Amino acid sequence: MGKASVIPFGPQHPVLPEPLHLDLVVEDETVVDCIPQIGFVHRGLEKLVETRDYNQFIYVAERICGICAMGHSLGYAETVESLMGVEVPKRAEYLRVIWHELSRVHSHLLWLGLAADAFGFESMFMHCWRLRERILDIFEKTTGGRVILSVVCVGGVVRDIDAQTLKEIVAVLDDIRGDYEKIVKTLLTDTSVKNRTVGVGSISREEAAALSMVGPFGRASGLPYDVRSFGRGAYGDLADFQPVTDDQGDCFARVKVRCLEVLQSFDIVKELAARIPEGDIAVKVKGNPADGAQASNVLEQPRGECYYYARGNGSKYLDRMRMRTPTSQNLAGMTVALKGCDLADVNMIILTIDPCISCTER
Amino acid sequence: MGSFRLGGMTFGSLFKKPETLLYPFQKKEPYVGQKGHVVNDVSECILCGICQKTCPCRCINVDKAARTWSIAPFMCVQCGSCVRACPTGCLSMRPEYTPVSGTKYYDEFPVPEREKKAAQTAS
Repeated sequence: MGKASVIPFGPQHPVLPEPLHLDLVVEDETVVDCIPQIGFVHRGLEKLVETRDYNQFIYVAERICGICAMGHSLGYAETVESLMGVEVPKRAEYLRVIWHELSRVHSHLLWLGLAADAFGFESMFMHCWRLRERILDIFEKTTGGRVILSVVCVGGVVRDIDAQTLKEIVAVLDDIRGDYEKIVKTLLTDTSVKNRTVGVGSISREEAAALSMVGPFGRASGLPYDVRSFGRGAYGDLADFQPVTDDQGDCFARVKVRCLEVLQSFDIVKELAARIPEGDIAVKVKGNPADGAQASNVLEQPRGECYYYARGNGSKYLDRMRMRTPTSQNLAGMTVALKGCDLADVNMIILTIDPCISCTER
Repeated sequence: MGSFRLGGMTFGSLFKKPETLLYPFQKKEPYVGQKGHVVNDVSECILCGICQKTCPCRCINVDKAARTWSIAPFMCVQCGSCVRACPTGCLSMRPEYTPVSGTKYYDEFPVPEREKKAAQTAS
């Protein structure tokens, strides 16, 4: 065994879309310890709740992260609605879930492209992003924005989707499903992908539970935890929902879980588009959150469970707004996954965990 | 063998319409309802200032004394709050994006005196 030395990894690194610094303690070519450091993109967005009223803050919340924009605006709106006892119309709940599932598809396709790029599969990267562009076109057509949608408001949504457009969305999803299944089949059967991912960065189910891992990272280790299965909102009207899980806990399992989740999201959108009820898309919200009122909420973001907490003070400004994002849960798991791995596998392990540093730091 | 399967898809792309546009020579037509920029139909504006209070990024400035309504397009995040809050419906979101500019500026809309008020002033 050689002498231990420290290799700095990040914050600027080709595999990282966002700044994360890791001190990798290596002995020869083996990582024996990993010390993460964050704090490069902290913007103090939670503090802004004191200067933006509860309606305005929704536009701040969705700027926490570009990929999870829809999720954050939805999670925040649901928390404030619970704080004020607002009941959202059924149609608005369906529309929210449709957009949220589409944003999961675009997040996972983006990640899949980046993962393919990381192991040198350039053509797959192009194909994934080509398909993702079709989803962004749906967003642009139905909400007016590509990534930041600004479509959720406290009490419902601000735009409706007509029946014809819903049919078009389903047709687009059916159209890209064929190509996507080919990509997934290639990814999950290709030996060069398996060589890089199978058995790399394994986390057992017990470790995953002990480290409170969430999202596809936890589900790939066999933890069947998915907030969508609580059946809140339009998710409760789905005929059947079973979280996608795998019991291997390695990089390949994480790739597989995310790949299959996209197909699951296609099915959810299709089912909800067929069953969407008629009615209002928003209710008028009057008054302010009561002094001392508290509410909490959880939402399944593309990267896992996100927890929201809000406290009112009787004015239109909230007293406190707090979010605990999936990546802050998963960073501990990431350090465990990195211990004992080969230095060359660090890229792949970090990428399959899909850390979102903007969310984590806010 | 997986690579050959994807290779087939890549090869098929040669016979399809390109997925990309040759920007800037070709430009994508904006969708109806796309959030591009906010404009004010000044003939309907009453300078009430509700839009200014609603705006989360504080990019709207309503000057009642000078009778001007102005917006900083590079501060605006196109959330559409002002358009929804406007009591007279004079604000609207246009689908075209704000043109590229080397400097930041305010789009200023002079609001004319309304006829009724002008008549009262004259009498």
